[in-house]
Amino acid sequence: MSHFLAQFLAMGGYAAFVWPAYGVTLAGLGAATALAWNAYARAKARLAALERAR
Amino acid sequence: MFALANPKRFMDTTAALLPWLAGAAALFLAVGLYLGFTAPPDYQQGDTVKIMFIHVPAAWIAMLAYGLIALASLIGLVNRHPLADVAAKTAAPLGALFTALALITGSLWGRPMWGTYWVWDARLTSFLILLLLYLGYIALWNAIEDEVRAARACAILALVGVVNLPIIEFSVDWWNTLHQGESILRVGGPLIAGVFLWPLGLMAVGYTLLFVTLWIVRIRTEILERRARALIMQGTA
Repeated sequence: MSHFLAQFLAMGGYAAFVWPAYGVTLAGLGAATALAWNAYARAKARLAALERAR
Repeated sequence: MFALANPKRFMDTTAALLPWLAGAAALFLAVGLYLGFTAPPDYQQGDTVKIMFIHVPAAWIAMLAYGLIALASLIGLVNRHPLADVAAKTAAPLGALFTALALITGSLWGRPMWGTYWVWDARLTSFLILLLLYLGYIALWNAIEDEVRAARACAILALVGVVNLPIIEFSVDWWNTLHQGESILRVGGPLIAGVFLWPLGLMAVGYTLLFVTLWIVRIRTEILERRARALIMQGTA
């Protein structure tokens, strides 16, 4: 199992290129998703507060 | 399409659609990643071929997003549709992100295959210009305070910049480039093996669904923010 995992992580000797590519992609898409949802939740709460205050 | 572009109808329709889109995006990406990581190494590129599953869809979405911005800009200029400007504005940061991801992952793929992270060949340079167009577009939106004027100026920039899309697409045919030629969407069928084509296709669909999901969330956010600003203006008037 550990041999299989080590082989998988080594990516045929290209781990230094494959994993950073996936890491950057995951970070970028993850951040974009989190920022979009947070901004949406904030905008929704702000509008609700303004409507309540009217 | 124009009926859906009514902001109220857009909010109602997309509220029901969003969970399905997000779920489908997650499913396609998960299956695509599984098939991609269980695919054998390429006979020439070894395991670096796995970068293709995230690089190529990012590049497709980068170009698709710009095409959509240009289309929305044209509709905004011609029809003065309220949602067209919002659609264009909110797609730009996503397009910039996918362009940056395509450039970074391509660079990490290029180093072991070409022996360099970067070369000023036509495909790479035209893609860098796409990123600069996105950044210029975003900067212009933020530089002009009046939303109507900002939308008009950005629409013109987007329409001028659309000329870069065919340059990116055909750069590998028009010039000698280090970047490989078209190997997927080509007359005569794809040149890559099915074992790579399936995960690539699934990842492309997953990326498209993720882009559409995030785009809709951003459009909804912008509509809510504009409503909030209108309420504040009414309150101060």
